[in-house]
Amino acid sequence: MSFTTKFLGATAALALTAGAAWADGPAIIYDLGGKFDKSFNESAYNGAQRWAEETGEEFAEFEITSDAQREQAIRRFAEAGNNPIVMAGFSWGTPLEAAAADYPDTNFVIIDAAVDAPNIRSVVFNEHEGSYLVGMLAAAASETDTVSFVGGMDIPLIRKFGCGYAQGVKAVNPDATVISNMTGTTPSAWNDPVKGSELTLSQISQGSDVVFAAAGGTGIGVLQTAADEGILSIGVDSNQNYLHSGQVLTSMVKRVDNAVYDAFAAGENVEVGLNVMGVENEGVAYSLDEHNEELITDEMKAMVEEASAQMASGELEVHDYMSDETCPAIDF
Amino acid sequence: MDFFTFVQLGDASVRMAIPLLLACLAGLFSERAGIFDIGLEGKMLAAAFLAAAVSLVSGNAWVGLLAGIGISIALSLIHGLASITFRGNQLISGVAINFFAAGLTVVVAQGWFAQGGRTPSLPKDARFNGIDFPGALTRVRDKMQADPWAQFYSEFISGHSILVYLGLLTVPLSWWVLYRTRFGLRLRAVGEAPEAVDTAGISVVRLRYTAVIIAGVLCGVAGAYLSTAVQAGFTKDMTANRGFIALAALIFAKWRPWYALGACLLFGLFFAIDNRFQNIQLEVIWIMTGLFAAAAAMTLYALRRERIDLIVLGGLSAVLVFVGLATWIGAMDEAIGATAALFETVKVPSQLIQSLPYLFVVVVLAGFVGKAIPPRAGGQPYVKER
Repeated sequence: MSFTTKFLGATAALALTAGAAWADGPAIIYDLGGKFDKSFNESAYNGAQRWAEETGEEFAEFEITSDAQREQAIRRFAEAGNNPIVMAGFSWGTPLEAAAADYPDTNFVIIDAAVDAPNIRSVVFNEHEGSYLVGMLAAAASETDTVSFVGGMDIPLIRKFGCGYAQGVKAVNPDATVISNMTGTTPSAWNDPVKGSELTLSQISQGSDVVFAAAGGTGIGVLQTAADEGILSIGVDSNQNYLHSGQVLTSMVKRVDNAVYDAFAAGENVEVGLNVMGVENEGVAYSLDEHNEELITDEMKAMVEEASAQMASGELEVHDYMSDETCPAIDF
Repeated sequence: MDFFTFVQLGDASVRMAIPLLLACLAGLFSERAGIFDIGLEGKMLAAAFLAAAVSLVSGNAWVGLLAGIGISIALSLIHGLASITFRGNQLISGVAINFFAAGLTVVVAQGWFAQGGRTPSLPKDARFNGIDFPGALTRVRDKMQADPWAQFYSEFISGHSILVYLGLLTVPLSWWVLYRTRFGLRLRAVGEAPEAVDTAGISVVRLRYTAVIIAGVLCGVAGAYLSTAVQAGFTKDMTANRGFIALAALIFAKWRPWYALGACLLFGLFFAIDNRFQNIQLEVIWIMTGLFAAAAAMTLYALRRERIDLIVLGGLSAVLVFVGLATWIGAMDEAIGATAALFETVKVPSQLIQSLPYLFVVVVLAGFVGKAIPPRAGGQPYVKER
């Protein structure tokens, strides 16, 4: 046995024991937008961070850089013994389905997609309800009766945002025009602020004076251009009002942080199955803070609060694009 | 579609074309001197990052621009060192620069600003803002109500950042340098026949280094334009493959400055169309005419080439014809009769619009561009004869 073999053997043994020793506690894997996208992934990170600060414990995390890493990342954490493993983003659905069955003792949590397996908790949000609320605000704030929507990648989930938004707009102003654009059809559409700017400029020239961006990192460019051109914008996922104080009308907040926090707090025995977060359990909401309080009048506030209450009681039902892939208010 | 729409399309084309144009001219100088440069993307990205970071800290966009140019030149010199001095493989060195920039920008940005590989948003006075000429309208909503001349003046002529005007000026400047100066003659010669230049007693190494440094300056401006003029800050991978599109434009332009302007504006126009007309409504007959024309052009092109081209492009043409017919048949459900279906208005699928730039390039290449011949000594390190 040569020295090299011994050395390699020793290293491998060390790596194995080290892996076993370090691996405990929960793990979170972010989607392609990256941990600090000021939006969806950042919200997930904030939830994990809040849990870490409150409990003083640590969590493992990973930012993928390409689609090819997905299944590998899941397996790595599962084999290292992390439990539960939280995945932020609908794109995790397929790789998780493939990997989860091999690790029956590990619980997985997927946000934004529903995967049916005995060890998976699927958290989905009623984005159409939150988008409906911000759509109402957009219609009330618009002076040109034209508002617009910039989506990221053209997928049913993003159309669900757009559809809810359009329904909210039409509820307040049936004659309003809603312009809708998608950034692209590949995952790079989440990270193209330059194209987001161009789409916004084109929408402004078609008369839009409120633009809602549901496009991850691309939304940064949308909000920037809206601020530069003096129109209002609506942020998404995280509260983005502070990005351009006084020029962001509101944000459609998706409490991804709560979803992550709850999963981490429940620990290894996290409840599996489908978990829907909507307006009634404060999973989605519109944001109101010091940056936009001057933009939201009392009437607007009363109108949205009423709609929220009606949604919670079931009196008002917003059409979900993903239920039948059609939208009554807008043609994609 | 009114006049203002056309003006805006032109305006957006120029805006989208400038980074391509600068990168394309950078590639032109480098490749004309015999150094292939697929590291344009990486140099732009590094420049975009450093320009944004330095503008943010110093509060001055010009200082940021200088920093961007600086890092881009530094990367060019690495490329030069590898491919001129050490006579390494130019493609590998270029790929290395791309990977290096893609990774390092994010890591350094995370280290400096801790915002996940992006810089914070730049304040207004640390950016290259649009220059409004006297009497020009600034808000889009005001421009829409103005008369055509005011629209053209305010939207197309005025309102760009200084880098756009400078970028357009580099085209005649490059032409003049390449075709009307002694330096330009030598630069072109060193890419065609370096041994002849060497025989005349002129240093090949020095000329080639000068060329890659010029390429570095131009890439630096392109990167700074993206992060401090178009956008307000750096985001991960923000160049979005523009460096590679610039290389395609360079071949399309047959390594000539004025053609490069045309090629980049054409690409800019395609992107502008893609951004602007995602929800275009057209009568079925127009969609079919367009698709069939594209299919016919591609097939004709492929027939002149080899069998593999015929298989690939012929297949693509068949798909286009199929899409056209499917649109027609789809419209028949709503209209009565096949003829009426031809005049039914349907929404053009956004995927089709997004693929237009690439389809158009094939069509234009087939019809209007002859054979593109690269500089003869391109890609080969020069070894002095002893």
